[in-house]
Amino acid sequence: MSQTVPVRLVVNGEAHELEVEPRLLLVHALRDRLGLTGTHVGCDTSNCGACTVHLDGQAVKSCTVLTVQADGSEVTTIEGLGSPEKLHPVQEAFWEHHGLQCGYCTPGMIMAGADLLKRTPDPSEEEVRRALEGNLCRCTGYHNIVKAILDAAKSGDTGQVEEPEPSQEGREAAQEFASEGLGA
Amino acid sequence: MIPAEFEYCAPDSLQEALGLLAEGGEDAKPLAGGHSLIPLMKLRLAFPTLLVDLRRVPGLTGVSRTDGEFVIGAMTTHSVVEHSPELGLLARAAGTIADPQVRHRGTIGGSLVHGDPASDLPAVLLAAEGSVTASGPDGERSIPAGELFQDYMETAVAADEIVTEVRLPALDGWGFGYQKFNRRAEDWAMVAVSALVLARDGVCEDVRIGLTNMGSTPLRARAVEEALRGQPIDADRIASAAEQAAEGTNPVGDLNATADYKRHLARVMCRRALQEAVGAG
Amino acid sequence: MSGDGAPDGKWVGQRIRRREDPPLITGRGRYTDDITLPGQLWMSIVRSPVAHARIGSIDKSAAEAAPGVHGVFTGEDLAGDFESPLPMAWVPPGIEIKTPEHWPLARGTVNHVGDPVALVVGEDRYAVADAAELVGVDYDELPVVVDMEAALEDGAPLVHESLGTNKSHEWSLGTEPDDLEAAFQQADVVVEQRIVNHRSAPAPIEPRAVLADYRAGDLTIYSATQIPHFLRLFLALALGMTEDKIRVIAPDVGGGFGGKLQIYGEEYLACALARRLNRPVKWVETRSEHMQVTHHGRDQVDYMRVGAKRDGTIVALHSRIFGDMGAYLMLLTPLIPELGAFVMSGCYKIPAVRVDVTGVFTNKTPTDAVRGAGRPEATHMIEVTLDKLAHELGMDRLELRRRNFIPKEDFPAEVAVGVIYDSGDYHGTLDKLLTKVDEQAIKAEAPEGIVRGVGYATYTEICGLAPSRIVGPSGLGLQAGLWESALVRVHITGGVTVYTGTSPHGQGIDTTFAQIVADRFGISPELVEVVHGDTGTGPQGLNTYGSRSLAVGGEAVVRATDKVVAKIKNVVANALEASPDDIELTGDKFAVRGSPDKGMTLAEAAGAAYIAESIPEDMEPGLEETAFYDPQNFVFPFGAHACVVDLDPETGKVSVVRYVAVDDCGPAINPMIIDGQVHGGVVHGIGQALYERIHFDEHGNLVTGTFVDYALPSAAEVPSFETDRTETPSPVNALGVKGVGEAGTIAASAAVTNAVIDALRQVGVDYIDMPLSPVRVWEAIQAAKGGVAA
Repeated sequence: MSQTVPVRLVVNGEAHELEVEPRLLLVHALRDRLGLTGTHVGCDTSNCGACTVHLDGQAVKSCTVLTVQADGSEVTTIEGLGSPEKLHPVQEAFWEHHGLQCGYCTPGMIMAGADLLKRTPDPSEEEVRRALEGNLCRCTGYHNIVKAILDAAKSGDTGQVEEPEPSQEGREAAQEFASEGLGA
Repeated sequence: MIPAEFEYCAPDSLQEALGLLAEGGEDAKPLAGGHSLIPLMKLRLAFPTLLVDLRRVPGLTGVSRTDGEFVIGAMTTHSVVEHSPELGLLARAAGTIADPQVRHRGTIGGSLVHGDPASDLPAVLLAAEGSVTASGPDGERSIPAGELFQDYMETAVAADEIVTEVRLPALDGWGFGYQKFNRRAEDWAMVAVSALVLARDGVCEDVRIGLTNMGSTPLRARAVEEALRGQPIDADRIASAAEQAAEGTNPVGDLNATADYKRHLARVMCRRALQEAVGAG
Repeated sequence: MSGDGAPDGKWVGQRIRRREDPPLITGRGRYTDDITLPGQLWMSIVRSPVAHARIGSIDKSAAEAAPGVHGVFTGEDLAGDFESPLPMAWVPPGIEIKTPEHWPLARGTVNHVGDPVALVVGEDRYAVADAAELVGVDYDELPVVVDMEAALEDGAPLVHESLGTNKSHEWSLGTEPDDLEAAFQQADVVVEQRIVNHRSAPAPIEPRAVLADYRAGDLTIYSATQIPHFLRLFLALALGMTEDKIRVIAPDVGGGFGGKLQIYGEEYLACALARRLNRPVKWVETRSEHMQVTHHGRDQVDYMRVGAKRDGTIVALHSRIFGDMGAYLMLLTPLIPELGAFVMSGCYKIPAVRVDVTGVFTNKTPTDAVRGAGRPEATHMIEVTLDKLAHELGMDRLELRRRNFIPKEDFPAEVAVGVIYDSGDYHGTLDKLLTKVDEQAIKAEAPEGIVRGVGYATYTEICGLAPSRIVGPSGLGLQAGLWESALVRVHITGGVTVYTGTSPHGQGIDTTFAQIVADRFGISPELVEVVHGDTGTGPQGLNTYGSRSLAVGGEAVVRATDKVVAKIKNVVANALEASPDDIELTGDKFAVRGSPDKGMTLAEAAGAAYIAESIPEDMEPGLEETAFYDPQNFVFPFGAHACVVDLDPETGKVSVVRYVAVDDCGPAINPMIIDGQVHGGVVHGIGQALYERIHFDEHGNLVTGTFVDYALPSAAEVPSFETDRTETPSPVNALGVKGVGEAGTIAASAAVTNAVIDALRQVGVDYIDMPLSPVRVWEAIQAAKGGVAA
């Protein structure tokens, strides 16, 4: 085993410390190390978007981010966007409008959709379609995904489509990480 | 697909980063957003032995304006550039790169140093006659766009240098157009044309045109520029000048586009980009 | 669910949201790669980088010495682990199908790029990926044949020397040759067209994955498969085990599209390793592997000939299909073109129809079923050729179709290829389509500089696979029955578990089956759980493909439910001292007809059945029933689609700007789900027509090996769709349903192509093969101008 590096992440509001190989992809850290298997892998080339998570509040493809690059960052995955008890408006809209079939691309689609609405609370259909250019779906033909995101936008509050609130502990940990060097 | 093993460090200063890069030798590479490099590493087409992550190095992000030019930190993401409308053509082109997720991570410096003639920003920098600033063991130097792109994925930035900023002439009063032809919105350009036009009273005072994916490096469409410079500018003249857009190019054919087709697209996209630039000017 | 009760007393027909969704939208799904077992090892496959070679020496030493590696195995090393090779299930009586042996790891030769030659098993994902690169293999390269028509020429390199030919089989259906030629003699006009339907990939977004766990003689395997029951059977045969010792679980499966209707070598290998090493073994396909080794689809060269009278009456149709099998015959590889043959009459009354199929080996990835499987190809060749015929006759293309439609009153209608279409109303779907499509207005609104085309496709497909007597060993020759099973269990407190033998992976079957059962029990669908994809529960099933789940699996559920209802009536009648014949379901109660107050709910009846003190003396306690349903005929969904494309004549770029689909799959169980199936199917067909293409170079290298080059369309490439339905019940099953999973794909490539050709006619091009990529369209325009592409 080659070099390992300590990494600290706040994932869905919870602080984690990991010792990782530099090459460990963020998606594998989330899935294999933290057990957050809602984030999927669908390609090798940053095309399909199934692995989309929010990194410090922005949608990224976690298959193309090294875990070490995310050190000190906040990550939100599909598990943290909403819960079965309290769905995020985009999750709710995907359910209501049949925006998913097999469900495999869905976490990435929802994370991309939520990211769009955070920045563009009232998008046109064209804007929604462009925002999803990096997310592939084979089941739905996109029709109902687009409809769901447009409807989530209409449901209001989309300017404040919320990320999960980090716990107090998570917030402190994040601040502490940010102020420290890596020591590598 | 998983990258091969490598060593990693994330230094706190540029000096430290340069030192680590020098120590690491030929196969050490600086890491910006990683959106050119990591995909190649995952496919095992690139095998750096050391990555020097620049994310902790201060002062590498942001867009500011000095007298006649914009200074853009090398670690500024495509997304930030895209949403800086004052950058004109550059902002427009940055907004067409890949997809929103990639634009959130990919950086202007990383993209330029990668030197892929099919990516959007190199030809824009070339057309705008910008430059990059590179720091190395012997200090800082400016590399004009015309010297930056040496060959296919090969730039004038040395292995022990780090690009810290991109300088872009402000080009106040110039109109611009960007026409990118691809099959899918997410794809690289099959051909793209960047056009910058300075027109006054219907006369083209100056014009610069960059070509994407028409050879092993980004290119200027000099023949078109010469045909227009100093001439009254109208649709006919643009159309006839654009016919020369493929002169001196050497595009590589592939499954989706023969070389002939790329030359044809260069002419069509050139005309459209110029029309857009004149309309926008 | 949307509400407490069904709005008009019925759940069937309601647009209720899916019960599958809550876990999937919150990241709580459970796909194969999400499952990790204690002590789990990882497998990685070493694959051939060349298309055809004899395998020389294999040097495992460096890989074996690599950190975290537990073993490196070649085909020879594992020769004793398998009693049979990978299966091919079609043995038609009287026809020889040359089937080369196909082992999970190559033995002796490799025959396509990606053919597996060795495997590495070790501690984690990363370790085995590294070690696989260290296995050294000597390849003694052999000549390669890539093009199927070249493969049939004398002296072509042979993919399998031992077979002595590259022709896998020949098969024919329909009118005898002499009669066919006599029919063509009646024609005033004969049009011919060579049509290439290029190779494409199933490309579900979840790649394949397998996790095998062998414990003291019992094997459990999780696999991203459409066919867990078939997998159990073939694993038993290959591993020398019996089915009772094997449990196959298809957990959440991230789409299949036919690509997971297969028995794959990696499934065998993971099981063999788990048994050898006594550790769970996982393998997860990368997308790059998927493009190389998960079977491909389409890849036909079709020669179409259609003869018609001057008035448009079609008198004869002949289709010669050359199907590229790739390097091996997998589960159904040689059968796929034949599936199209059964609907080669399309929606039309044609007295003489013949289909001749030739299968061809090449040094490429094997082909097999991909969404539609033979029927998109058939529909494409009929519909594109019909447009050509209309043009030739100077007749309106829709008028030509109408003139030849099988009229509504003819159903059930036997067609010339010998199958009996169950029901149809082709004028009905086309009429409805045209209420939404005003071709003249659409064309008048074309943007400046754009050539706009409108294309149509009407189709019928063959679904409801399948009547076992028709398709079984002495019929079509499948070595299987294709009935379906269901077990309906009412629990003591009135909840219901339905075990279905289908194995859905996105089709919404949990929801639609719950709707069906709820209506028959007078309960909310929320009280119905649907269990599938696990051979350890429920009866033997035959799984999900070919749009069969509802028409066959749903009918099995109906029959099992109705058996339970019959028992409930007896229980209730006994309690109320009434005749079972007088008991009926009113609201939520099984009650005496005319006295709805006196009766029992499902829960009350279930309680009575399980407590068993007040049931009839000759009745067994409990409340569950099983049904095996073998359909008497196929079902034939149909529809009419229209596509509007904008073509930039300067660049050749085509965009689909509007797409309207009117489909008829019988009475809707859940219209929302039907629409969703159509949307996805249409984009699959648009992908085939405009974007997606698997391409091998002349050396057999896969050029389109990732999602960079293999262009699945994204949301930014397609419009929103307009969908509608007519409902013509099938007489074949009680629900009258037909299936809709493939309909969109079957119609779309023809509708898009006809739209593009409609546009291209305006610039002098009258035919073009898919994929209608910008460069190909541009080149066609240049050629029509008589100029050289300059």
